[in-house]
Formats: sequence, C-alpha cells, structure tokens
Amino acid sequence: MNAPSSTRAVPLPELFWGFFQIGIFGFGGVGPIARHIIVEQRNWLTEREYATVLGMGKILPGANTINAGVMIGDRFRGRLGAVVCVAALMAAPLAILVMLALLYDRYSGNPAVDVAMGGAAAAAAGTVIGAGLKMACNLRPGLLGWLIGALAVIAVAVLGLSLIQVVLVLAPLAVVATAWKERRR
Amino acid sequence: MSDDGILWQLARSFSAISLIAIGGANAVVPAIRHEVVDVLRWMDDSTFAHLFAVAQAAPGPNVLIVSIVGWHMAGLAGLLVATLAMLLPACLLAFAIGRLTQRVSGSRGFRIAQDALVPLAVGLIVASGLDMTKAAATGPFSLVLAGLTALFVLRTQANPIWALTASAAAALAAHQLGWTA
Repeated sequence: MNAPSSTRAVPLPELFWGFFQIGIFGFGGVGPIARHIIVEQRNWLTEREYATVLGMGKILPGANTINAGVMIGDRFRGRLGAVVCVAALMAAPLAILVMLALLYDRYSGNPAVDVAMGGAAAAAAGTVIGAGLKMACNLRPGLLGWLIGALAVIAVAVLGLSLIQVVLVLAPLAVVATAWKERRR
Repeated sequence: MSDDGILWQLARSFSAISLIAIGGANAVVPAIRHEVVDVLRWMDDSTFAHLFAVAQAAPGPNVLIVSIVGWHMAGLAGLLVATLAMLLPACLLAFAIGRLTQRVSGSRGFRIAQDALVPLAVGLIVASGLDMTKAAATGPFSLVLAGLTALFVLRTQANPIWALTASAAAALAAHQLGWTA
C-alpha cells in the first residue's frame, strides 16, 4: 500500500474509478463508502486529512461527498481533477435514476402502482428523518447545538417558514451565538 | 411554458437553492417542493412525493431529487440542466474554499462555524423529512410507514432500499384489505 500523502501523484483514471465506485455503491447516503474508498482502499488521504476535507464540506452548501470530490480532485489534478471526480460520482447514479424514471413514467397512473409508490414515498420521507436523527445522535451537540437544530425544525416543519429565509437568519445567528459562548468560556 | 422556458426556470430555481443547501440537497427539500409545487405549480404534492421516492431508490448523492424533477419536466435536457444548476454554484464555492483548506481548517473560526452550522444542517434535514412526510401522507398508515422507516434507518446500517420496498408492498397489501393508506 502507498503511504497516504497529498503530494502523491494520483492519475485521473484512478480518481475517476474511485469516485465512480462511491456513486454506484452509495445507497442511502454516500458517507460511509466514501470514507472507505478515499482513506482505506485508495489511500488518497489520511483519516485526519479526510476529516478536514469532510468538515469543510459539511459547513459549505451542497452534498458533503460532492464537495469532497471537488477538493480531492483539485488537490491531485487541479481543475480538471475536480470536474472528473464530480462527473464520476454522478455518472452511475444519474444513469440508474433515468432507468427508474423510465419505469415510473411507464407504470404511473396504474392504480396499484400509485398505491405502492405512495407507500414508498412515505418510507422515503422516513429515511430522511432517520438519517437526520442518526446524525444528531452521532454529533452529540451541546445545549446550544440542540437549540439551533430544534429552531430549524420548528421554523421549517412546524411554522412552515420559507427555508431560504430561515437559513439566511439562523446561520449567522447560530455562528454569533456559538462564538459568544466560546468567548465566555 | 415552452421547453426553453422550463429549462431556464430549472436553472434559475435550483441555482438559487444550491447556495443555501448546507447539509446537502436533503436539507432543502422543503424549498424545492415549495418552488415546484406551490410557486411554479408544475406538479402536485403526491407526484413530487413519488419522484422523491424514485430519487431515494437510486444510489448516490441526494441531489438526484432535482435531477428527477428536471427529467419529469423536460426529459434528459431537463435532468442535465437541473443537476448542473444545483451542483455548479456549490461546487465553485467548494473549489474556492478548498484552496484555503490547509490554512483555515484548524482555526478557531472554522471550529465555531462547524459547531454552529452542522447542528443547523441536521435540523434542516429532520425538518425536510417531516415536510416530506406531510407531502407524502395519504392517511394514518403512511405516517406509520414513515415512522417505522425512520426507526429502521436510525437503528440499522442496512440499505434503506429494503424499507422502501417493504413499505410499497405494505401499502399495496393495506389497499387490498380496503384500508386507506
């Protein structure tokens, strides 16, 4: 195995295949498989480097893994590397999505299919709640963290406020409150 | 609306949402639903919920929800325009910030931003799930399916596609028995 190093030369095809695999095997969120391929299998980054890239990805808009793809691709192969990683990550999921969409287009309107899709839709909503709760448990945020998260839930899901406005108000507020709490420590 | 008009609208709507998607596409599903169902009136809640289920059934990043909305409205061109609109602004930002990574990642400001924004993102994702549950609900049985699936995802590492399949089958069975799902 190669020693993980940000200066190691990683050829474009290797980046492509790595991210292609992350896309195709990433059912229900690409997080775990992405770490496995980037850190363990391909040795592109150390655990610590990956945590940093992921941490950046988490506070930026957009999917974590896509942001990680941009940064890792750029690190090894510049702009072209970033484009190749994102394209590779999206290729298989988009192809599979088109196949599923063709099936849906063909059979939707059939009463039995619509009933089944209704059940799947409820479950799809449930997967998002479950994934969010799981993240909350793994995060173990402090009291302020719970408050920020709870405010977001209440503002969007209970009060039905516009999500754009909620983000534009809550994000700066959360940062200021967190900075204030840190300073008092 | 002409096809060009739809493509233009897809680009405009989703590139705006792209930049607030802290936590990924799953954090902004209520904004996407609001835009395509309430503002543009392109589809009703139940169609949106069905498309969401199809997107969740495919592997890969959650951004696929905008891809399938694009597909539904304007075929392959719609899929590509919607996907690029959602990806491009966030990717350009990640690219710019990524070049600063080494310098800022250990800093106090970075830690504060993380402590503040990650809980916000998690809250938004839970809110998205609740919003979609409302959109998808056709009766009390759907709420049970959503709740059981949430538990399944929370408590196991298993592929959520099983919960989607089982819920589809359960809804069908309930319908055959004459319950309203």
